[in-house]
Amino acid sequence: MLLLQVIVGGLLLGAIYALFSSGLTLIWGMMNFINFAHGEFVMLGMYVALLVVIWLGGGPAAFGFAAAFALFMLGIAVYLSLIRHVMRGPMLAQILSTFGLALLLRYTAFWIFSANFVSLPQSALSGTLNVAGILMPVPQLVAGLAAIVLTIALHLLLTCTTVGSQLLAVAEDRSAAMLMGIRPDRMQALAWGLAAASAGIAGALMAMSYPWSPSVGETFGLTAFVVVTLGGFGSVPGALYAGLIIGLIQALSAYLLGPIYKDIVVYALFAALLWLRPQGLMGKA
Amino acid sequence: MKWGVLVGLALALLFYPFIFTGPFYWDIGVTFLLAAISASAWNIVGGYAGQVSVGHSMFFGIGAYVPLLFYQLWRLPPVLGAPAAIAVALLLAAAIGMPTFRLRGHYFSMATIAIAELIRIFVGTWDLVGAAIGLQGPAVGRAWWDLTFRSELPYYYIFLGVLVVVLGTTFAVTRSRFGFYLRAIKADERAARSLGVPVRAMKLKALMLSGFFTSIAGSLYSIKTGFIDPESGNIKTLKVYPAIAASNASETNVALAQGGGLA
Repeated sequence: MLLLQVIVGGLLLGAIYALFSSGLTLIWGMMNFINFAHGEFVMLGMYVALLVVIWLGGGPAAFGFAAAFALFMLGIAVYLSLIRHVMRGPMLAQILSTFGLALLLRYTAFWIFSANFVSLPQSALSGTLNVAGILMPVPQLVAGLAAIVLTIALHLLLTCTTVGSQLLAVAEDRSAAMLMGIRPDRMQALAWGLAAASAGIAGALMAMSYPWSPSVGETFGLTAFVVVTLGGFGSVPGALYAGLIIGLIQALSAYLLGPIYKDIVVYALFAALLWLRPQGLMGKA
Repeated sequence: MKWGVLVGLALALLFYPFIFTGPFYWDIGVTFLLAAISASAWNIVGGYAGQVSVGHSMFFGIGAYVPLLFYQLWRLPPVLGAPAAIAVALLLAAAIGMPTFRLRGHYFSMATIAIAELIRIFVGTWDLVGAAIGLQGPAVGRAWWDLTFRSELPYYYIFLGVLVVVLGTTFAVTRSRFGFYLRAIKADERAARSLGVPVRAMKLKALMLSGFFTSIAGSLYSIKTGFIDPESGNIKTLKVYPAIAASNASETNVALAQGGGLA
């Protein structure tokens, strides 16, 4: 019974991993660009949720939307001010620019919010659901389900709409897309906005159940790398499956080996993946 | 590079402790030299070969931990642990480089960050190496071979000597066939391969050389400070990255890597 409980908890957390990782995989697949600041976007989403709850009040829908909107804007701003200029530069510039951005965001958060752990004040959602003996805290359940729905929505946006086709066209061949009347710059800005928004909303969802501090971004960023690598670069469905798998592996290794080993197991898996199957589960080589 | 500038810089570094006297300025000097050593070491693989490592803190950490571990376990002078640290760092570099250098692009960067993080968490939970508390060196030097001095001055000149060795090696590399291979790989890996450059072996060699010197930088740090924990190793090397960015922004060359250490 306890094992089943652990599995459910892992899957619910894994769904959130899937949501923010799908943002990272979008950027990666589209622009072949790695964003080391993605975890920091998640962290900022958490603080946006906190500020909204403190200043304006409101439930998960309100602060979730606020976090998505704020991070969407931030993503576009980051693209226009930074990424656009280093995109075609050497790889060193690409990596160090987002690495620097991550440090900037992380330490700005330390400066503004201090290093203490914070959590949302008693939110609108509380209570626990008891399904056949398995206890599911309502905030985690809502967050997990919302994350799955949003990840699938992102996938549908990419595959079934005109904007999605335009985004994928730019990813496929930038100049050909330009000849078809698509503005690559605008599409890439949109991709960054969507990626950051997915991270922000995932952060806001997680803020309902877990306390956090400015340094959590590093862990989330690495988790996103693992998920994206496992799922295959650029594949949103891959990120969904991989997110659930990673959540499950973390929960099981914490339960079977001890809590301190959960990150060790995940990073070791990451290293093994890079060596054995770098294209991931669903990726093209 | 202008030889005059180089000679001027060398003289400035040599006489710095006499121009700016006192522990405060000496400590700044020592910190600067350590940053310059780390940055120059990183530069070999990140700058010349164009393989961006974001996990060099693991080499630094190994270099810092092993000497203090030698003291902790067997009461040996920490400096004896430095060669052992180098051996471990070289093994690790080979273990990371052999699989990831088959691939191009971002894989190497991601592998370095993952393994550095893995090691950091692992060390933080491993009691033998002090877990999260860290390791301490001899509080008071038992003899000169403990390299525990009250003054910063001996450290300054030891670090300066190491920096000269690192820069000398880098300079020798730029003049060698190996250096040309590395720059060819950075410019265009596929073209380099087609011209017969042993790409994988050269990248691996660069990483090992870089890990070698980064490990030495870590040993210098822990022998001087007499203390290391999982976080301080991580942060020391993190601080070097902006410097590296600055030094690589224009042209990859030795002097800039050193100047970047100022930051």
